[in-house]
Amino acid sequence: MNEILTSPTFAIATTLVTYWAAQKIYERWNFPFLNPVLITILALMGLLKGLQIPYERYEAGGQYISFWLGPAVVALGVPLYQHMETIKKRGIAISCSILAGSIIGILTAAGLAGLLGASDLIIISMAPKSATTPIAMGIVEKLQGIPSLTAAIVVITGVLGAVIGPFVLRCLGVVSPTAFGLAMGAAAHGLGTARALEEGETQGAMSGLALCVNGIMTAIFTPILLKVLLAAFNNLNP
Amino acid sequence: MIVGLSIIFICLLLGEGVAHVLSLPIPGNVIGMVILTTALMLGIVRLEQVKPVADGLLKYLALLFVPPGVGLLLYGEVLKASWLAIGVSLVVSTVIVLGTVGLLQQYLERRRHE
Repeated sequence: MNEILTSPTFAIATTLVTYWAAQKIYERWNFPFLNPVLITILALMGLLKGLQIPYERYEAGGQYISFWLGPAVVALGVPLYQHMETIKKRGIAISCSILAGSIIGILTAAGLAGLLGASDLIIISMAPKSATTPIAMGIVEKLQGIPSLTAAIVVITGVLGAVIGPFVLRCLGVVSPTAFGLAMGAAAHGLGTARALEEGETQGAMSGLALCVNGIMTAIFTPILLKVLLAAFNNLNP
Repeated sequence: MIVGLSIIFICLLLGEGVAHVLSLPIPGNVIGMVILTTALMLGIVRLEQVKPVADGLLKYLALLFVPPGVGLLLYGEVLKASWLAIGVSLVVSTVIVLGTVGLLQQYLERRRHE
């Protein structure tokens, strides 16, 4: 029995079935906090704890699912191509918005964590939270943070952005589909993009564009901004 | 289906190759995305060849984040110890990024139309 519970097949089957059920629940009640990813993650955590399955055993199967992130990011090139006209027309505005979002995102994530007393390791691991998982992990690995902690933080950020993003944007009066998509992708990477795709094709394509550009900008700016921030914090608390 | 998947994996492979050879801090999949867009614009790849597979992959994009999300289990202690710092900065920073990008983009679009 134990062999079956710790097999990759068990991990894949339970992940797919749980996600399918979570999607049904989301479609039925359509309440933002019932986000299918959030529900699935919580349910699987409970299942692993309950059956005492170590995460490593789950990951032996889970890796076959998360592997598809690579091809899926490449597939974002299709909606990007389909919206090339908009991108050409509004290229400068789009670049400015994402640049501002990227820099402010790194500064606020790392800055607030530092001000609230997080250790340097956690500050480094949090800084690229809005970039997509592989980019964020790559950045943190180079800066000697904890890449797997970053992966977890990136997913929390993504779920958070997907859940509260549309609400926050509506409250702020953001009605432009381009602005909506860019904000979702810049704040919440692939999970924000998945949510933006629910709103419409334009929102989804712009979110994919923001995911791409924000990822590149985050890779460039995180090392520079972190150096300044960490030096400032170490001066404050020697 | 097989054509679409082949094209996507070739773009991914090329992207990873470029990232590795130039030792870029950007992962291969993001470069692969740019390569696929370029190939479509140049007409090397036709939209109908990749569209069905791409739509299928993107429909389940969110599902692919589930396994790393379950990985949070490993960091229960770290997260518990610094939950306030991590929680507050994640929520505040996410709201600020959403607002900055959304409002700035909308402002720039409207200014141009006036």
